[in-house]
Amino acid sequence: MDTFLQQVINGLTAGSVYAVVALGYTMVYGIIQLINFAHGEVVMIGAMVAFTVINALAPAGLPPLAVVLIGTACAVPVCMLVGYSMERLAYRPLRGAPRLAPLITAIGVSIILQHLALMIWSRNVLAFPQIIASRTYFIAGAAITTVQIAILAICVGLMGGLALLVYRTRLGTAMRATAQNPQVAGLMGIDVNRVIAATFVIGAALGAVAGVLFGTYYGLAQYTMGSVLGLKAFSAAVLGGIGNIPGAMLGGVLLGLVEALGAGYIGDFTDLCQYGWLSGAIDACEGGGQFILAGSNYQDVFAFIVLILVLVFRPSGLLGERVGERA
Amino acid sequence: MLLDVKHLEVHYRGIAAVKGIDLAVAAGELVCLIGANGAGKTSTLKAICRLIPSQASAMAYAGRDIRRSAVHELPRTGLVMVPEGRGIFAQLTVQENLAMGAYARGGGDPESQYAAFPRLKERRHQIAGTLSGGEQQMLAIARALMGEPKLLLLDEPSMGLAPMMVEKIFEIVRDIAARGVTILLVEQNARLALQAASRGYVMESGSIALAGSARELLDDRRVKEAYLGEARSA
Repeated sequence: MDTFLQQVINGLTAGSVYAVVALGYTMVYGIIQLINFAHGEVVMIGAMVAFTVINALAPAGLPPLAVVLIGTACAVPVCMLVGYSMERLAYRPLRGAPRLAPLITAIGVSIILQHLALMIWSRNVLAFPQIIASRTYFIAGAAITTVQIAILAICVGLMGGLALLVYRTRLGTAMRATAQNPQVAGLMGIDVNRVIAATFVIGAALGAVAGVLFGTYYGLAQYTMGSVLGLKAFSAAVLGGIGNIPGAMLGGVLLGLVEALGAGYIGDFTDLCQYGWLSGAIDACEGGGQFILAGSNYQDVFAFIVLILVLVFRPSGLLGERVGERA
Repeated sequence: MLLDVKHLEVHYRGIAAVKGIDLAVAAGELVCLIGANGAGKTSTLKAICRLIPSQASAMAYAGRDIRRSAVHELPRTGLVMVPEGRGIFAQLTVQENLAMGAYARGGGDPESQYAAFPRLKERRHQIAGTLSGGEQQMLAIARALMGEPKLLLLDEPSMGLAPMMVEKIFEIVRDIAARGVTILLVEQNARLALQAASRGYVMESGSIALAGSARELLDDRRVKEAYLGEARSA
């Protein structure tokens, strides 16, 4: 039971970060039907910038929270600028081009950003300095740390804030109007290019914070971290129904749960010694031994299993409706 | 002239859809542009709104050259279009649709539209895509009025509506005109359009075939035969 609860806590923590990253994918897709594969790199840049600042400030003796906040405050505008620039320089010139062109461009942008990060920060892993004295609480035998609580709270806050922005403000309504019909949105006086740029910038800001949270959670940041994180968040967006904002939130949390529970139990399920007819044939099983085929290091596999299953059985995602409208 | 267009041409991949037409609308007029399917009426309106590229020797709205204007700049100056097929935001609520109509002037109060369209008030929180065709057309018009237009371009407002609803929409169009809004109306229903309008243009395969007062056009033999469905008189 405590494995289950523990993995739920871990899954919710990682899942809430996936959800915030997935929002960046789904918002851009919703408005220009582009899968912005470079979004994962924006998240990475957020983490790298924040970690650089945090490491520089760590010896200064400031309160740890202030150090992390300053790091994040530096990462967010940098990522917003990166998000704006990629839209302005790489995607806007391709507006109206066949959909494959911006898609391939997105992959190109992703590679460029990753290599820029490599040039700036080298291959080295940036470690999160030991400045936060994380406390651990126990609920029914499962541990939850203050860092996990903070990550959950921040992600819920970001998602709530984004929902308010999208569903309650003039800009948000203009974003949804543009997503539905850019031509008519223009006829209403909405500057469609500005709304699209705003979408990229907002997604990048969310991505920056998510990058800091993710890096803090795992204690490190590296120029490659955007690839897998980005793919997972993309899978989460597809799971929820790409283009659908509540879907991205739901998809992210579900994906985190699936991944954590999968990682938590895969070892038990693939322990051949628990299957009586096999255990006799395996020497390692004698005397209560184990013969585990796949352990929790297979964690990353689950996100992609989910992605494949969704694409096969429900391509529109859990909350998506518009199937095959745009091939 | 509130709108003055000279020698407007529209090409789609080398095919001329509009072949150098002149068109003018004075303040306070209700002018209609009639013609068969594919005559170039919608292309003309879209070109004026800058939705599609076009060439013209002059295209002035309220004395301003709009040949280089961006689509979203025109509503701020009072040039507002109700697009063909209504173009409502189907997944936004009625109220959100109306709010978007006032976007160009920084927001507005939907109450004035609710007074004119009580049906929309009843459905203010409903998703616009769930409205009937007639209600959607009312919403499209009400949304355009939220922008406080000086010149309203209406593209086929009667399209796809039941006859009773068509009458109702034309009543609304006449009301708007009576309030002093200048209207350029594109319609396939030539009789209703000419009855509502003060002046009309008849478009045929990209050119203006006839122009004149609505009265003259209603009595014109060619118009009667081609667009009003009246039998050739002996």
